[in-house]
Amino acid sequence: MKRLYSVLVENRSGVLSKVSGLFARRCFNIDSLAVGETDDPDVSCITIVSSGDKRTLEQIEKQLNKKIDVIKIKTFSEEESISRELMLVKVKYNKANRRELMEICEILGAQIVDMSKTLMTIQICDTPEKTNLLIQMLSSISVVEVARTGTLALQKCSLSD
Amino acid sequence: MVGADTIVKCLEKEGVEVLFGYPGVAICPFFNSILNTDIEAILVRTEQNAAHAANGYARVTGKVGVCVATSGPGATNLITGIATAYADSIPLVCITGQVESSLLGYDTFQEADITGAVESFVKYSYLIRDVKEIPRVFKEAFHIASTGRKGPVLIDIPSDIQRAAVQKFEYPEEVKLRTYKPTVKGHAVQIKKVITELSKAERPIICVGGGVLLSGARKELRAFAHKYNIPVVSTLMGIGAMPTDDELYFGMVGNNGKSYANKAMNESDLLIMIGARVADRAVSQPDLITENKVLVHIDVDPAEIGKQVGPHIPLVGDIKHIFKDFEAESFECNYSDWLNKLNEYKKNAPVRKSPSKDYVDPAVLIGLISDELEDDAIYVADVGQNQMWSCGYYKAKNGRFLTSGGMGTMGYSIPAAMGAKRGNNKKQVVAVCGDGSFQMSMMELATMQQYKIPFKIFVFHNGYLGLVREYQHNAYKANYSVVDLTGSPEFEHIAKAYNMGFMKLSNMDDIEKNVKTILSDDSPMLIEVMIDPMDTVK
Repeated sequence: MKRLYSVLVENRSGVLSKVSGLFARRCFNIDSLAVGETDDPDVSCITIVSSGDKRTLEQIEKQLNKKIDVIKIKTFSEEESISRELMLVKVKYNKANRRELMEICEILGAQIVDMSKTLMTIQICDTPEKTNLLIQMLSSISVVEVARTGTLALQKCSLSD
Repeated sequence: MVGADTIVKCLEKEGVEVLFGYPGVAICPFFNSILNTDIEAILVRTEQNAAHAANGYARVTGKVGVCVATSGPGATNLITGIATAYADSIPLVCITGQVESSLLGYDTFQEADITGAVESFVKYSYLIRDVKEIPRVFKEAFHIASTGRKGPVLIDIPSDIQRAAVQKFEYPEEVKLRTYKPTVKGHAVQIKKVITELSKAERPIICVGGGVLLSGARKELRAFAHKYNIPVVSTLMGIGAMPTDDELYFGMVGNNGKSYANKAMNESDLLIMIGARVADRAVSQPDLITENKVLVHIDVDPAEIGKQVGPHIPLVGDIKHIFKDFEAESFECNYSDWLNKLNEYKKNAPVRKSPSKDYVDPAVLIGLISDELEDDAIYVADVGQNQMWSCGYYKAKNGRFLTSGGMGTMGYSIPAAMGAKRGNNKKQVVAVCGDGSFQMSMMELATMQQYKIPFKIFVFHNGYLGLVREYQHNAYKANYSVVDLTGSPEFEHIAKAYNMGFMKLSNMDDIEKNVKTILSDDSPMLIEVMIDPMDTVK
């Protein structure tokens, strides 16, 4: 079972290591992790995607809550979330496959943001499934480098909000 | 005034009257400032024991124990003691010196990333980067250590911060921690549910852990159990919550516990765990304790509830507070059939096989020591066979039973007994250890003598790391590997070297008289107890 944790923490040095260390020590999975400042410079948001059984997912929330630097945790399933990941992929291209690359990008809504005579960098910002799909589609061509942010997520707005 | 002076002022504000420590260059400014106060600084003989001594002190006084070490090896030596305190939720503030701020990160002489190293053994840690932070950090540290689920907090202070000039000292009146607000009061609906279950139950049992003692709820527990005649069992850390001879008490549970205690837990239809972690040594198969029964789990730490087993009724809060809420409720019940059954189990429990007459029977000796101890005496058990025998045969009254339960740290008893005695010098204190654990902390006999902190140390001498030998006997067909303690010193010479009294108990002859003599005064004494090398816990 996958679960997303949006963890608001004090923006202090060492806090990320405390949070990630907790996952390591208690054998909790980290599928992805993304950190950044929020609108309040004293507060950072760590978005963690984890997976495990019900007990583990509950323990993750409880153990995170025990950390004194953790201000607030929101947790939700994939269905309840709007999640996005930014990925940059550098690929090697030639005349023969350039057209195909452009088509893949067009179909998946990715953009070519940089290029040279032999290399181009493709950017995609989409759900983790779509970014994975792009990687799969590009793997038959030659992928040189990949950088991805990890999933960022917020809970879906509900009509009653 | 410099930073170190403000640290000392913070300690004074927190009511600290003693600390256990070991100086070094990086913490020297602090040890210089401590001379100007009434706070006594006790020099232990290795840093680990500073943490254990602070642990024993905290457990008998209910205050926060303080230990201090220097940077690098001083700090890393503390770690076992910090982990021991963390595993048993003992409130400590551990202060470590650190290399100068400008040298941090350069692998300077005696530099160790101690806040990083202790991260998984502390409730919280600080690395002070500005002298102005000192009062706030200390205020927070003492608050965090002593509230909610208690535990150790570490403060790492670079030496230049200790030396930095300070204009004015102002100690904050209150802590401002937006993220830390432990639940004290139990949820009213959950409390009502527990009472309803109790009124429906035919075979209820309360299983108490160390949380009851940490919360200072011993009186409340005893009163509640007696008001409704509810039987009680305990975990290792809960020993002493009930008097051993109480007609409602049915011993310690777990793989080293009493058979009737485990039966009581298994056959109950309502199990109320209070301040206990449902840890592996107490409950080997957590899933089973929810079968055919209602499980109530009461703890101040919400993360403990549901960690091992999902209870039917979780109840988060401070135990003393929750007992007060229970007190306000009332219900009808009659558990006399159940109690009769449990008493039957207790009466028919297997009796321990007496060892060879050429040696002392540790079970009998521990019984005699308990009988002879004053009502409020403190008994500190080490780790190993001595601990398991102590759990089985120590008779709790209104004193305290201290041991390293969660971490099982050998060498705990002597420094912890020292801290306990220093915390309450009117109380009688005995430490019971094996010849293995004794040799892990016998250097502290010097500290005892230097600071005149007298207590009796019983060393169970069987020439083996007995509990491991027993385990190897059962699990490895008596293939003993690296458990032989040949080469141990003559304990009589050790006592003489440290100028302490000595007595050897070789067998059961005159044992009662000898125990009486040993416990008749408050002088420091080492008692060598000859135990059959092949004697076992079970």
